[in-house]
Amino acid sequence: MAEPVKKETAVDATPGVTDVIKKDASTTTEVEALLDVQVDRGEPILQVRNLVKHFPLTQGILFRKQIGAVKAVDGVSFDLYQGETLGIVGESGCGKSTVAKLLMTLEKATAGEVFYKGQDITKLSGRALKAVRRNIQMVFQDPYTSLNPRMTVGDIIGEPYEIHPEVAPKGDRRRKVQELLDVVGLNPEYINRYPHQFSGGQRQRIGIARGLALNPEIIICDEPVSALDVSVQAQVINLMAKLQDEFNLSYIFIAHDLSIVRHISDRVGVMYLGKIAEIGSDEEIYEHPTHPYTQALLSAVPVPDPAAREHRERIILTGDVPSPANPPSGCRFRTRCWKAEERCSTEMPLLAIPERFRGQDTPAAHESACHFAEEKDVVGAA
Amino acid sequence: MTTIEKTAGVPAPRSESDSTPLLEVRDLHVEFHTRDGIAKAVNGVNYTVSAGETLAVLGESGSGKSVTAQAIMGILDMPPGRIPQGEILFRGQDMLKMSGEERRKIRGQKIAMIFQDALSSLNPVLSVGYQLGEMFRVHQGASRKEAKAKAIELMDKVKIPAASARVNDYPHQFSGGMRQRIMIAMALALEPDLIIADEPTTALDVTVQAQVMDLLAELQREYQMGLILITHDLGVVADVADKIAVMYAGRIVETAPVHELYKRPAHPYTRGLLDSIPRLDQKGQELYAIKGLPPNLLKVPAGCAFNPRCPKADDICRTDAPALHQVTERDGSELTGRGSACHFWKETIHG
Repeated sequence: MAEPVKKETAVDATPGVTDVIKKDASTTTEVEALLDVQVDRGEPILQVRNLVKHFPLTQGILFRKQIGAVKAVDGVSFDLYQGETLGIVGESGCGKSTVAKLLMTLEKATAGEVFYKGQDITKLSGRALKAVRRNIQMVFQDPYTSLNPRMTVGDIIGEPYEIHPEVAPKGDRRRKVQELLDVVGLNPEYINRYPHQFSGGQRQRIGIARGLALNPEIIICDEPVSALDVSVQAQVINLMAKLQDEFNLSYIFIAHDLSIVRHISDRVGVMYLGKIAEIGSDEEIYEHPTHPYTQALLSAVPVPDPAAREHRERIILTGDVPSPANPPSGCRFRTRCWKAEERCSTEMPLLAIPERFRGQDTPAAHESACHFAEEKDVVGAA
Repeated sequence: MTTIEKTAGVPAPRSESDSTPLLEVRDLHVEFHTRDGIAKAVNGVNYTVSAGETLAVLGESGSGKSVTAQAIMGILDMPPGRIPQGEILFRGQDMLKMSGEERRKIRGQKIAMIFQDALSSLNPVLSVGYQLGEMFRVHQGASRKEAKAKAIELMDKVKIPAASARVNDYPHQFSGGMRQRIMIAMALALEPDLIIADEPTTALDVTVQAQVMDLLAELQREYQMGLILITHDLGVVADVADKIAVMYAGRIVETAPVHELYKRPAHPYTRGLLDSIPRLDQKGQELYAIKGLPPNLLKVPAGCAFNPRCPKADDICRTDAPALHQVTERDGSELTGRGSACHFWKETIHG
């Protein structure tokens, strides 16, 4: 299905990120051995390079011909370091959930590479891929649809052990599941209950317990708290922070709530129409954003402080996100950007430290894909 | 193109010229009869809205905020719903005692509603222009042609680009933000006195949310409408509301003008909600979390409904349901518009 994509359309040079650590292995056993190696804290555990996913648009019933592609993810590169939380924010349709699916190898990438411990997981198959999947787990957004209503909690959390029996021998599983329930703050005696007997927050805890079952190293959280009530969100966020310390996990935290992302993340990437617009530490992004889209996004977040509404400057973007099937030429944000000039429509800005800040020791010196990157004072989500 | 603007200040308090408020809800109760028993969704709610005023009703799911709105609109499913007692006065007249015919005259013309999910609230097989025009055809007996012309006018009003070209489009051809604009246009069609917006921006992205809330505020100023904004987002409330009513388990637990509430909450639940917002200086620390879960409406705890989750709960909280006390300053002077349904409101507000 997937048509190879011409290289020049997807190149996204990111000089700021460290070079890829590749490890050669020819046989499956060698790969598996390499995957067992522990990564030190602060070293890159997952390296994504020029990841592309195009969904084909077809016409006709009998003779299907491709008439275009939805460019859901179009050249995304970033590193995830061991033990950190990388937040990914962006509007709906910007491709953040597709990135999550690609990292889980639930979708096959059109182009690009994902290196997990030096192995390109987009090329793996069979036993080696299974070993990778054990180490990258996911927590889903909607706790109401991501749990099978006809399975008991014990079966749901224990199901990963059916696929990876080496993690827990058969007689030991029930005890393991009860341990997990205890870890996520549920009563271990609930093991025989069904999902409908739990509230939203409790169900999300079950989803987290299932994600933890195989002792993964990376957990990808796709909007884990957005379906929950405000007073319950804080409980789940606290639980996730606690588990990160306890099990030495690395998180990719996808959300649209900017204040929660800031609270939990060490670094934050802002996505727009399948590309990363800006990436940096939480302070760099929230206090010193240089990309106009980030600035608009931050200024649009309602601040829970009525005193702020008198003097707050807001950037109100007009229009909607353009269709990813037919993105604007050059910079993708130019159709809604107030700084756009001629150059923006012809030349695609690369994700790099802006020239004017290069070599300087300011927080503004982080990667931003804009020709006219500059700091602007915005009162953002606190 | 994109606009950069300073947000407008809080509008000056309006003169309370006429004594009867636009809408007054008095001791409203709503219950649902289910197989498992009677679920008491609303237990004695009181609030008032004047013309040009924005009342924000804040609460979690199941707190009864939407049910109250549906009771006001008269679109509650009855049965299983029932209103055993209470009054809903619109310009001094009790709507609950009106005939269906009289209510229909108010609904849409005097009170209109904006729903949360625009995609499921619009009819997918009818064009947007037809659905907008329906308001004029049904209520004013306009012809098809007139109705369509007015629909285009309305779409212009809510800033839908190329309105005359898009009037025959169907809901699925619009984006989420545009659909919500159509919902707003529909509510505005007959220039009602009061608009009830039930989570109008919950399904939207932040950048679109800002657009929609701006539009709503602008139109409200233009028509001097009363607005009841139902939401669970403390940020949105801070941006637009004049006064706030916080609901929990079918009761109003706190009422306050917007500035006061954020500065000095007088109810432990409100305080908990405000504390659980992530703050800059608490990065890396544990977030404050209200322990436990919202109560099951089939068995609301005795006494104060919040007592199992409250850090201040005492014996009296488990036996006596607190009334909405008038909140006063330390020296006993009244704080206008402030009330708290907590036995320990003094300790909560004054530390």
